[in-house]
Amino acid sequence: MLSRVAESLYWIGRYIERADNIARLLDVNLNILTDFKDLNDSRLVEHWEPIIRSTGDWDLFKSLGYKPNSRAATDFLTFDRENPNSIISCLISARQNARIIRDQIPSEVFEAINDTYLDLRNSGSDEVWKAGPYQFYHEIQKFSQLFQGMVASTVVRGLGYYFMECGKFLERADKTSRILDIKYHILLPSVRDVGGVVDTAQWTAVLRSCSAFEAYHRNFVTNVDPTLVTEFLLFSAKFPRAVRYSLARLGDNLNRISHNQADRFSNEAERESGKLFSDMTYISVEEVFTQGLHEYLDYLQLRLNQVGGAIQETFFGLKNE
Amino acid sequence: MNFSKYEVGDFFDEMFAEDGSVRPHYQAICERLKDLPDDEMLQKQQAVDRAFLRQGVTFTVYDDDQGTERIFPFDLFPRIIPGEEWEFLEKGLIQRMQALNLFLKDIYSEQRILEEGIIPRPYIESAAHFRPEFMNVPVPKDIYIHICGTDLIRDREGNYLVLEDNARSPSGVSYLLENRDAMKKVFPHFFPQSGTRSVERYTEDLLTNLRYIAPDGVDDPTAVLLTPGVYNSAYFEHSLLARRMGIEIVEGNDLVVENGYVYMRTTDGLERVHVIYRRIDDDFLDPEVFRPDSMLGVPGLIDAYRKGNVSLANTIGTGVADDKLIYKYVPDMIRFYLSEEPLLGQVETFVADDDKERSYILDNLPNLVVKSTNEAGGYGMLIGPHASKSEIDNFHEMISANPRNFIAQPPISLSRHPTITGEGIQGRHVDLRPYILCGKKISVLPGGLTRVALRKGSLVVNSSQGGGSKDTWVLYGES
Repeated sequence: MLSRVAESLYWIGRYIERADNIARLLDVNLNILTDFKDLNDSRLVEHWEPIIRSTGDWDLFKSLGYKPNSRAATDFLTFDRENPNSIISCLISARQNARIIRDQIPSEVFEAINDTYLDLRNSGSDEVWKAGPYQFYHEIQKFSQLFQGMVASTVVRGLGYYFMECGKFLERADKTSRILDIKYHILLPSVRDVGGVVDTAQWTAVLRSCSAFEAYHRNFVTNVDPTLVTEFLLFSAKFPRAVRYSLARLGDNLNRISHNQADRFSNEAERESGKLFSDMTYISVEEVFTQGLHEYLDYLQLRLNQVGGAIQETFFGLKNE
Repeated sequence: MNFSKYEVGDFFDEMFAEDGSVRPHYQAICERLKDLPDDEMLQKQQAVDRAFLRQGVTFTVYDDDQGTERIFPFDLFPRIIPGEEWEFLEKGLIQRMQALNLFLKDIYSEQRILEEGIIPRPYIESAAHFRPEFMNVPVPKDIYIHICGTDLIRDREGNYLVLEDNARSPSGVSYLLENRDAMKKVFPHFFPQSGTRSVERYTEDLLTNLRYIAPDGVDDPTAVLLTPGVYNSAYFEHSLLARRMGIEIVEGNDLVVENGYVYMRTTDGLERVHVIYRRIDDDFLDPEVFRPDSMLGVPGLIDAYRKGNVSLANTIGTGVADDKLIYKYVPDMIRFYLSEEPLLGQVETFVADDDKERSYILDNLPNLVVKSTNEAGGYGMLIGPHASKSEIDNFHEMISANPRNFIAQPPISLSRHPTITGEGIQGRHVDLRPYILCGKKISVLPGGLTRVALRKGSLVVNSSQGGGSKDTWVLYGES
């Protein structure tokens, strides 16, 4: 497969996963606002700043002149084309990549992406805001599910599929770790509030942002507990949005790409992804908290970036060879 | 749908004879259309437009920053060509194609046609797309033009005339294929029971031909389609053709030349490429040989081509055959190389480079169509009868300054065809671009792309200038 084509497929996987995560993040966090007592401007800042920080685009947000409130967060993360990670930007990029390699994907998959892009292009922030964003974000999530379903049921298992899956799982690992990090940035009014109503609501929102609320409760018949939430979202081998689960799938797909049967790595991408997976297999959640959750997540994102860099170099970076 | 208000006008109408009667090959569809309510037709039209947009069947408009992609307007009223009429056209087109390939072979080797004085030598040597540096470079199977789009129009009496040959990188065939798919979905019961000739074989024939011209000794050649990239106006077409043939669509950056061989960069390393169906003009193919600023091409490609390690379709330098001045001599080529009389007529052409003809042109500009010899897409053109005084003065000046660059023709009123418009069914001017493939044998895709000038009274059918298209049916029989 052409390196350029592989790269396009990989980025389609990443962008659609990214759009899906942002939609879920906004959906949940707009929703829990209604649970807060005495909602005022400063509370809104406290609520939205960590969320925007978690996307890594806080500086851009400020430089574009936004103030952290619900409308600004929604506009910035959904409709702003100046933000390369907004939902519309992700859809534009995914769709542009799909146009480039449309000979490689089934027509219905292309049409689903194109359809959503055309709809989104025509919907403005004002009307979405007026109609209630709930419906809108659900449409985006439904599109992502439709896309995943069509890919799963119609794309031939070959290099193209594996590259799309690689993009998807690497992006998912990154996004789940970032969503978990939101909780670090939220400052509770005082130490007494730890474990209080607000604290629990926030941890619940983290779980819901990863579609993990129900799965968590099925796994742990207990309250929403920070240690267990962290354990679940980082290390679960069974929950499909957990970081470790995603890394396992990433590894599988990388092995398929290089036809690797042996128990050793055959390229840097496999090595970086395999090393990270095994680190995550043997670290305990206690160690994570000793080190500091935020510090660990920072480190994890750094490692995920290295995995991304290794994939880039191994498969796409042939340009100046 | 009501034809009672339809005006045939002072034109050749594809559907109605001069006395207002429906021509035999349109009678069946006329009966079916009569029962179709106008609003239903409009709904179907809108549904097709939406489907094209959703499927991304679009072309890119360069000067349009909103969205940049548009659908090529598609008119649901099909153009119909009876069987025998088509067979005649097919013969004429094959004859023309043979002559053009023999001409190119001759021009790039012995130049007999110049020696014998049939075409003045300076006309060839001054042709913008003549490539003297490729004299005597062997071309696989002596085929220069593998894909040709020859534009046909019909005059007042309904005679088919060749308007121009597109022998470099003709586009539009994807719309033809998509139009047929759309028609089958929207009006399955409209297709005549006697049958309409299929257009399905095009990409199969094209692939067969591409493999046929592979360098000697290669049993299982790899062909690719070279595109300028996703921002090119015809990218959708490139992608569709590659998909239907199952070959890779590559950009210049995907190819690399090493030791005179061409490879593509894949996730498994470099893979040899034997045949390139290129949708990039000569000038952009290789920055080492042609335009050094080209970002689209592949450094070293021409070296590999000269060594016979990679084949190109179409080959380099075919543009000399579709130069609008050389066009004048195609009937002579047919007589010279094939010893046959041309089957298809063409438009009388005056050469501005000839002193006598130039003074005729300059004196009669308001009554002539002037064309720049090397432009395509309807650009660089003066339609005398519709032009303003200043446009005419402008061309007067340009022709005098650079006569080799212009020819003139009497205006031919294109035939008209019933077309769905905002004001009901009305006549609009059409042309026809059949696609000719040349490999082991020459084949013509049944029908071709019927382009229609959607603006009332307009004669310009180009997609970039308000043109649309129609599905074109070639009947097995006569009605």
